[in-house]
Amino acid sequence: MIKAENVCYVYQIGMPFERQALKNINLEIDDGSLVAIIGHTGSGKSTLIQHFNALVKPTSGKIEIDGINVTSKDADLKLVRRKVGIVFQYPEHQLFEETVYKDIAFGPKNMGLSDEEIDRRVRESAKMLGIKEKHLEKSPFDLSGGQKRRVAIAGVLAMRPSVLILDEPTAGLDPKGRDDILEIIKKLHEKNEKMIIIFVSHSMEDVAKTAEKVIVMNEGHVEMMGTVDEVFSKSKKLQEIGLDVPQITRLTNKLKDAGYDLPDNIYTVEEAAEAIKKLAGGVRNV
Amino acid sequence: MIETCNLSFIYRKEDIDTGKVTEELALKDLSIKIEKGSFTAVLGHNGSGKSTLAKHFNAILLPSGGKVYINGMDTLDEKKVFNIRQCAGMVFQNPDNQMVAAMVEDEVAFAPENLGVSPKEIRRRVDECLAAVNMTKYAFCSPSQLSGGQKQRVAIAAVLAMKPDILVLDEPTAMLDPMGRREVMETIKRLNREQGITVVLITHYMDEASQADRTIVMDDGEIVLDGTPKEVFKNVEKLKALGLDVPQVTLLAYELRKSGINIPEDILTEDECFDALNNVLGGASR
Repeated sequence: MIKAENVCYVYQIGMPFERQALKNINLEIDDGSLVAIIGHTGSGKSTLIQHFNALVKPTSGKIEIDGINVTSKDADLKLVRRKVGIVFQYPEHQLFEETVYKDIAFGPKNMGLSDEEIDRRVRESAKMLGIKEKHLEKSPFDLSGGQKRRVAIAGVLAMRPSVLILDEPTAGLDPKGRDDILEIIKKLHEKNEKMIIIFVSHSMEDVAKTAEKVIVMNEGHVEMMGTVDEVFSKSKKLQEIGLDVPQITRLTNKLKDAGYDLPDNIYTVEEAAEAIKKLAGGVRNV
Repeated sequence: MIETCNLSFIYRKEDIDTGKVTEELALKDLSIKIEKGSFTAVLGHNGSGKSTLAKHFNAILLPSGGKVYINGMDTLDEKKVFNIRQCAGMVFQNPDNQMVAAMVEDEVAFAPENLGVSPKEIRRRVDECLAAVNMTKYAFCSPSQLSGGQKQRVAIAAVLAMKPDILVLDEPTAMLDPMGRREVMETIKRLNREQGITVVLITHYMDEASQADRTIVMDDGEIVLDGTPKEVFKNVEKLKALGLDVPQVTLLAYELRKSGINIPEDILTEDECFDALNNVLGGASR
């Protein structure tokens, strides 16, 4: 479980560019949840996730990861960083090994695991991410952008973190690459009952399709936190803070405003098509 | 105007260990004309050849076969390379990779300085170009203090300062949040409309492509669809097979047509979709 209590963070204290990046964050993320974080640039999303594996420590307040108080002086930060794996933006830029296999093995190797265990983890993570056996001996630099990104995620996964954080995992990918990654996130969530998965996204469509819970950041504080339904039902508020709802939701909201009887929680094209077919069926029967 | 005649391009890769050279045909016999003052979007999945094509428009890459003419200048003519680069400016995906100066104003002055423009004229161009992208307020800021959308607009201003006729943008919004994307798209459209600059926009976002005059879809080094956005996005099945998306409202219209609801097939925007549905449903259950 991740717990944040009154977390504040100030960049460059006492300098001309001093800026409060996080303001009084209080939140709890339960084991096994799949959470999306949204918010415009500079809203504090990245600063927040860096707190979750103690890359950054709060200026004031408390962060607890699986019961370890990150803020206390004698906290075992090495352990925290093993528990919490972060996949940064454009993680493919961090690939460096000669082969895909070695790149995925880098983390587990540093953990001092036996060769058999490393081998088992590399193959398991690769399989999970849809990386073919024959690609393991290839240079990561010969792969496509989407494939490289999956190798980078496999490398973090091979450390078997209890929290997996992905910062904009689909940025810059084509639609097929994007859908592949989102499917993998869902699959990881289904197969790992206790793992917390957190991903940052700018795409409301992706969030609506994939996440269970949503944290909305705005100017350094948590503006909203709730289920996809709870958050996307507040489309006006989201637009006020520079965010949006999926295009299809904007359309069905408009239809509802015009008096059509549609359900509230429509976020995907399939849901919208279903609901509109029902309405149209009503028309024909009349 | 941009014109390619039977353009082909081959990537040569040499294996360091074996010395074996492999060749990959990235562009296959492309002949297209892009008219002056038009706004063209280029779509295609990763590896389809769209960036390779764009890099031919300002002589970063030179044809392996065929010709590319920019305003009538042959890119293979070494003496013309500087004129071509001044005439066709390029903006890339990551603004951080193309910023050189410590201050926004200097960034915009960099290119005209290198072109040997007089100081008085540079001053005029810097002011004019920053105004054109709505960044005058930030003239004395460091690029590091700007948001992604602001940085990308500065990058566009820096290209405009060369007074190009053509602006080639390679996924300029891939790293931006929804607000940043809107800012950049508005800027591009305004420059096209008000200053008559020819725009070639490479993108993965279907909603951006639907705002162009013309949409070209590439696959495996060839052009597979070419027409107005309405003509192109009608081909829902084909686009899906190519690993691309269509806008959510277009997909909705397609799904509804399949189940016998009479709705036009060339719907691109929310408003069009709303009007069409309003027609079909005709006040159902109001």
